[in-house]
Amino acid sequence: MRFLPAPFRRPVYLLSFFGIAALLLAAVLGAFYTPYDPLSLSVDARLQGPSWDHWLGTDHFGRDLLSRLLVGAAVSFRVSLATVTVALVLGVTLGTAAGYFRGLADRIVSSIIDAFLAMPGILLALALIAVIGPGELGVIAALGIAYTPNVARVVRGNVLSLRETNFVETAQIFGHPHWYILWRHIVPHVGGPLTVLASAYFAQALLSESVLSFLGLGVPPPHPSWGGILAEGRRFIADAPWLTIYPGLLIMISLFCINLLGDALRDYLDPRFEPAS
Amino acid sequence: MILKFLLKRILASLPTLFIVSVFVFLLLRMVPGDPAALVVGDVANSAELARVRAEMGLDKPLPAQYLLWLADVLRGDFGYSFMNREAVLPALMERFQVTVQVIALAFLLSAAVAIPAGVFAAWRQNRRADIAIVTSATLLLSVPSFWMGILLILLFGVKLGWLPTLGFVPFQQSPTEWLLHIIMPTAALVFVETAILTRLMRASTIEVLGQEYITYARSKGLPESIVLRRHTLKNAITPTLTMLGLILGSLLSGTVVIETIFGLPGLGRFLIDAIYARDYPVIQGTLLFIVLIYVAINIVIDLLYPLLDPRVRQA
Repeated sequence: MRFLPAPFRRPVYLLSFFGIAALLLAAVLGAFYTPYDPLSLSVDARLQGPSWDHWLGTDHFGRDLLSRLLVGAAVSFRVSLATVTVALVLGVTLGTAAGYFRGLADRIVSSIIDAFLAMPGILLALALIAVIGPGELGVIAALGIAYTPNVARVVRGNVLSLRETNFVETAQIFGHPHWYILWRHIVPHVGGPLTVLASAYFAQALLSESVLSFLGLGVPPPHPSWGGILAEGRRFIADAPWLTIYPGLLIMISLFCINLLGDALRDYLDPRFEPAS
Repeated sequence: MILKFLLKRILASLPTLFIVSVFVFLLLRMVPGDPAALVVGDVANSAELARVRAEMGLDKPLPAQYLLWLADVLRGDFGYSFMNREAVLPALMERFQVTVQVIALAFLLSAAVAIPAGVFAAWRQNRRADIAIVTSATLLLSVPSFWMGILLILLFGVKLGWLPTLGFVPFQQSPTEWLLHIIMPTAALVFVETAILTRLMRASTIEVLGQEYITYARSKGLPESIVLRRHTLKNAITPTLTMLGLILGSLLSGTVVIETIFGLPGLGRFLIDAIYARDYPVIQGTLLFIVLIYVAINIVIDLLYPLLDPRVRQA
């Protein structure tokens, strides 16, 4: 553990690394292999509790819960990753343009950012889904756009202070074109604080995807997603509580590990951080 | 003086309201297909369709349509539901009353726990107690509120049978029934909210504890309890207060799914039902309504700020 920077050495942070690694492994596994076909129905195996045949039990169609959760993991991580990528690309572009060029561009972008920040992310995403329509791509587009204003605001603030630094001014005096200065000197420095933000929005996206799928506005059934499995399992809560407990537990563990990773990153990037005695 | 300030703040929020209104207006136009066809439904003939198009103003150019719609909104009429032709605003107000009760209760309960917990964690920064509080806050932050809601239903509704799992009873009708119905939805929100507030409080308290006046207060021999209560708490709470808009946002987001699970006739459920039914005037109205509340709350916070922080008053 010595080779790790101080903030990462806390046992809970280490635990979160292993947690994320295990979940990612499960997600990759779920994309290629599952013990049972997650979609095949079996009348004889309906609503069975956890057993050696079905480790986490079966649902009301007799589908294997473990297999469905594995595929759901792949869906959750894929959607969250794509969402964060969309938000980062749009947010960094808008934020850098506003912060670097200032003037009219800044005023327009900033007022748009302020306006969209007045709508809570998930509500904005819901409104967008009402227009785009449900489905995996709809969720990615809606959530990606919903998180963009937050990213853009942070990037804009960073770029505003970066453009006053000596190295940027020197580059400008040298007559480098704007795109070169932006790409070489501005964007790389925005990266640090963005990793913390990205981990926070990854967790947000994972949660929001499960909320949307739970409401029937995300990944459409019968395709498995953690939120969708929860929504279906809720109807059988008295007889088959495992259908609600396991998917929720997986969402919680994922969020916990990602949030801890975000905290570790923040401590790592915080120059004022003092290692715990 | 206060009136002038108020006027200035309202003017400053006009661009936000303008952009949101344009976005909300365009939302309906972004829908593939003809909004008029959505209203008349499948049975329409072309004459009927043309009549509804004219009635909705769809035959006019887009900017004119926007102005007509804006005039409707300003008249205090957020349009009419596609589903039942009811006016949107009165329905919104009625639903909002239910949501406010849940949100306010959840906020008060979480603040009661989070403020002392956050200050204490900051005071013991990086000690065992702090790490324990921060870790539990992170854990609570990671429990999806809708899952918490279902678990509460499983435990107190299904297994123990102590609490009703569905519906809402107004306070005026029966205070006990009101409490029994509202307690689980509120509890489902409280956990996450406590976690968010604790982390905010801890961060702003750490900031305050690093100030020179705290070192001064300590070096003149004041007991820690006074330093914390009189010098730290007051200064640490104000930055958290400015986050009230954010906190309200997270609570509102939470109620969307919580109200659906517990069958509460609130704002969130209203929005979800409207999305299922593709009832665009209701979706537009709800979004606009939420933004208006957000803007209003931020103006109120700005008004309250000088009362809490004398330094702002002088500036």
